[in-house]
Amino acid sequence: MMNNQGRPTQSIAAQSSELPTISGDRGLDHEEKLIFELGRTDVTGVDLPATEVSDARLGGLRRKGVIGLPGLSEPEVVRHYVRLSRMNYAIDAGLYPLGSCTMKHNPRLNEKMARLPGFADLHPLAPQQTTQGALALIAELSRWLTELTGMPAVAMSPKAGAHGELCGLLAIRAALEARGEKRTRILVPQSAHGTNPATATLAGFTVDEVPAKADGHIDDEALRAKLGPDVAAIMLTNPNTCGLFERRIIEIADAVHKAGAYFYCDGANFNAIAGRVRPGDLGIDAMHINLHKTFSTPHGGGGPGAGPVVLSAALAPFAPLPLLVHDANGFRLVESRADAPDGAQPFGRMCAFHGQMGMFVRALSYMLSHGADGIRQASEDAVLSANYILASLKDVMSAPFGEGPCMHEALFDDSFLEGTGVTTLDFAKAMIDEGYHPMTMYFPLVVHGAMLIEPTESESRESLDRFIHVLRMMALEAKAGRRERFEGAPHFAPRRRLDETLAARKPILRWKPKEQAAQAAE
Amino acid sequence: MRYLPLDQHDRTSMLARIGARDIDALFRDVPKAAIVSRGTFDLPDHQGELEVERALSRLAAKNVAAGALPFFCGAGAYRHHVPAAVDHLIQRSEFLTSYTPYQPEIAQGTLQYLFEFQTQVALLTGMEVANASMYDGSTAAAEAVLMAQRITRRAKAVLCGGLHPHYAETIETVATLSGRVERTPVTPGRAADLTSLIDDETACVVVQSPDVFGLIRNLRPIADAAHAKGALLIVVVTEIVSLGLIEPPGAMGADIVAAEGQSLGNGLNFGGPYVGLLATREKFLRQMPGRLVGETVDAEGKRGFVLTLSTREQHIRREKATSNICTNSGLCCLAFTIHLSLLGEEGFTRLARINHARASMLAERLADLPGVGLVTPSFFNEFTIRLPKPAAETVDRLVAKNIIGGVPASRLMPNEPEARNLLIIAVTETNTDEDCKAFAAALTEVLS
Amino acid sequence: MSEIRFTDQHEWVRVEGGEATVGITKYAAEQLGDVVYVELPEAGRKLGAGAEAAVVESVKAASEVYAPIGGEVVASNDALAGDPAKVNADPEGEGWFFRIKVADPGEFGKLMSETQYADYVKGL
Repeated sequence: MMNNQGRPTQSIAAQSSELPTISGDRGLDHEEKLIFELGRTDVTGVDLPATEVSDARLGGLRRKGVIGLPGLSEPEVVRHYVRLSRMNYAIDAGLYPLGSCTMKHNPRLNEKMARLPGFADLHPLAPQQTTQGALALIAELSRWLTELTGMPAVAMSPKAGAHGELCGLLAIRAALEARGEKRTRILVPQSAHGTNPATATLAGFTVDEVPAKADGHIDDEALRAKLGPDVAAIMLTNPNTCGLFERRIIEIADAVHKAGAYFYCDGANFNAIAGRVRPGDLGIDAMHINLHKTFSTPHGGGGPGAGPVVLSAALAPFAPLPLLVHDANGFRLVESRADAPDGAQPFGRMCAFHGQMGMFVRALSYMLSHGADGIRQASEDAVLSANYILASLKDVMSAPFGEGPCMHEALFDDSFLEGTGVTTLDFAKAMIDEGYHPMTMYFPLVVHGAMLIEPTESESRESLDRFIHVLRMMALEAKAGRRERFEGAPHFAPRRRLDETLAARKPILRWKPKEQAAQAAE
Repeated sequence: MRYLPLDQHDRTSMLARIGARDIDALFRDVPKAAIVSRGTFDLPDHQGELEVERALSRLAAKNVAAGALPFFCGAGAYRHHVPAAVDHLIQRSEFLTSYTPYQPEIAQGTLQYLFEFQTQVALLTGMEVANASMYDGSTAAAEAVLMAQRITRRAKAVLCGGLHPHYAETIETVATLSGRVERTPVTPGRAADLTSLIDDETACVVVQSPDVFGLIRNLRPIADAAHAKGALLIVVVTEIVSLGLIEPPGAMGADIVAAEGQSLGNGLNFGGPYVGLLATREKFLRQMPGRLVGETVDAEGKRGFVLTLSTREQHIRREKATSNICTNSGLCCLAFTIHLSLLGEEGFTRLARINHARASMLAERLADLPGVGLVTPSFFNEFTIRLPKPAAETVDRLVAKNIIGGVPASRLMPNEPEARNLLIIAVTETNTDEDCKAFAAALTEVLS
Repeated sequence: MSEIRFTDQHEWVRVEGGEATVGITKYAAEQLGDVVYVELPEAGRKLGAGAEAAVVESVKAASEVYAPIGGEVVASNDALAGDPAKVNADPEGEGWFFRIKVADPGEFGKLMSETQYADYVKGL
């Protein structure tokens, strides 16, 4: 025997990767419990001195009993949240082809700027002479927004897009009241995002749906037929949710105004036209701008957002409090009706304080970085990339408006999957196994099994080509009847498909200690 | 342009694949009259990081950061120390740059921390169930009123005079769309009698505790009065740390709690982004707006989390939704959860006691000054004093002495003559003894 | 065996002794997917024919259920609160929604018969 080392020199065939591990974890994939299952009420990760306080000034309402909050040391907390983070997909890790969401790169400079103590460590009610820089920033951002949209005024306080929609509709309501008119109907396309009819109802209007034509554009004849003395406004998204620019938009705006109504524009798709088209030139009266879409503020797993609303001359007087005023003494917030300048008739307040300052800093940082030329280039690249995807896939997938061109998003439907037994949902879940977040599914509703793809301008050519290749191969496989990839997908994510029926039938919305949970189950 | 990866070569070949002559051809649906030419905007061209930093730093330098001097503002936003680990963790790519968890298989990180957040909020408020956050405390309060109107099928909301005026105004904006609002008089330092305003048309009573002046309210009698008439009690909490020392609203009969979570994990940020907390009884669950995260299992039987009861929400129910809300406060929830996980029971209750101890000491010290009276006999970390002169001018003169001495009540209630001489002062663990001594000394000078 | 009739909104109704029992059809239950929750009308509520009477929710959809004929609600199927799956298991039997005291017996005859409904569904 030549080998007396004891170690074999031949390579061993790879063991099955289905080998169960002892820990239950798998390489870099760690399972992680809830903090309530890890921590204890007597542990803390912060060093604070213990203080005695008397009851004298607590009105007899000192807290009795234990709250039940678990504590962990700092190393344990860091490990817990780092492990959780690794179960998340993110734009920093891969492409999000989410139509209508504009998942573009979130520049880190924005984060650095938002954390400057002069912005971050500033109280909203500090004496105004000590916050002039913040007010100047809000004014500068307002200027960019009004310039880019060609509108005379902007309401900065709405905290998110849907909040901005409400703000716009309330301004419209106030304008109608000032005219002494009561109009109760709002026209909304069938293809609209759900926030549109929800907001209209919240604002006290009834919703009247306008259909789309076969070519994906709004049926403007039907729209005209619905106009009347009881219509307060229309809510249109432009480019629309099928990814198309409404060609007849100027005529529509004219007709709406002639009928005495207002034009609310949902600005979710502004990324297609920013720097190239001014919505003000199209005849709109109000438009919210999702700073977390077009202007790159991070999605943060669901928020926070910001939804400032640009307003036409007709609606500007009704902008909500607070108003930002600039005079010889500097910048000043006007926080009550009594203090408002002549002509201003604010309808009220949308929320406490002044708006999402943290997101304002980030958005302005993005705008200064891109400049007017960069913003225009970004829109062009966004539109170019979406059309590139459309052109590259429409032969194997089905695009209802594939004649093109589309704007910044390309719409496909599930016709190409007919007869394969694979649904839009299965197709989307199989994308997860390929390392991609699925595209927007089943929206807009006007198309069956919709798949809406928006790459944005921050994807490289390589990234786009790779994405196109994978989707192409997936479509071909589905059509060839090879369903293994799709059935029960995803197979390789931290979790398989989750039982949403169980979650809805037996809602468990918080952790409970074992005894309580057992009681609840009885 | 550092954020745009495509180069001219890419663009040319992509256009070729599309079969378009140039980029303008792709915009052919846009009416000619609406296309603006380059250079139309009165806006600068792109700049490098260095220039952007310079421009924004210049603006930041024109503000006086709260940490730069003795600082005592509260009134709905509170300066607390956030441990370094929090900001570090929320900037991890997978948290910062991830989307709403609609694809739960690749979003368990987000879903699990939101489930932890929901649990923490329920525990803090003493309520049965909480949602995955609203935009902020004020909009949470407004949604709570709408919720009460739906549940009781009544129109009237009674707002207590101690409610933060911005919250009252925010509630009025939406509550008057489907009902009406009545406000009780402002009675600084005293609990006004609400019971006479509660009748068969009352959907809810909204009370803040500690209130805008800092007064701790006993909610039990108000809960009883409301329930006797079939109305709901909504409790607003703007300083969440108070729940580390004071009885929670859930223990005193609250039906819905609408709170501001900014104090934990989230800095002042000149008013936003903040994080709204909404908690309620199990039986009102389906009337609750906003996202909810629920526990379930996957196809292999492993525990996992999903967004659930989504049929209440706008993307499904559309015009019949419980609200129009789409975003929650995402990253701000995460900051809250991480901070509270670091504090734990022991740390959180210690933090609350430190806050109250500091505030008590300063209140004693200021009440001793000639002409100054303490208005709020009970308080957590925020109290109100009555000055012999208007508070707004006093605060301005304190600024000249490098002290930010609190929020004049007149800033929030310009039409309330009672408020003119009232100063609302918050004291937290970030205020030192030196700060408090300096404040007292400066105030003495200014008042003399 | 009492007669069963159907609406084009996919409700079924069975009349017996002046009372009508209402639910959703097998087709509707299939379209909805797993039912997770049903919101039912309270006893005493008066419904006109075509009025919105109940809401049925699955994970991804919520649908209104309309009263096929008018009447006053006398009972709702409380069992659905704890076990909404009954609607999927037996939509035309144990998954019934509510029962009403019939206001106008004539309205029943205007609805689709079993064969008419079957043809209607085929055409969808």
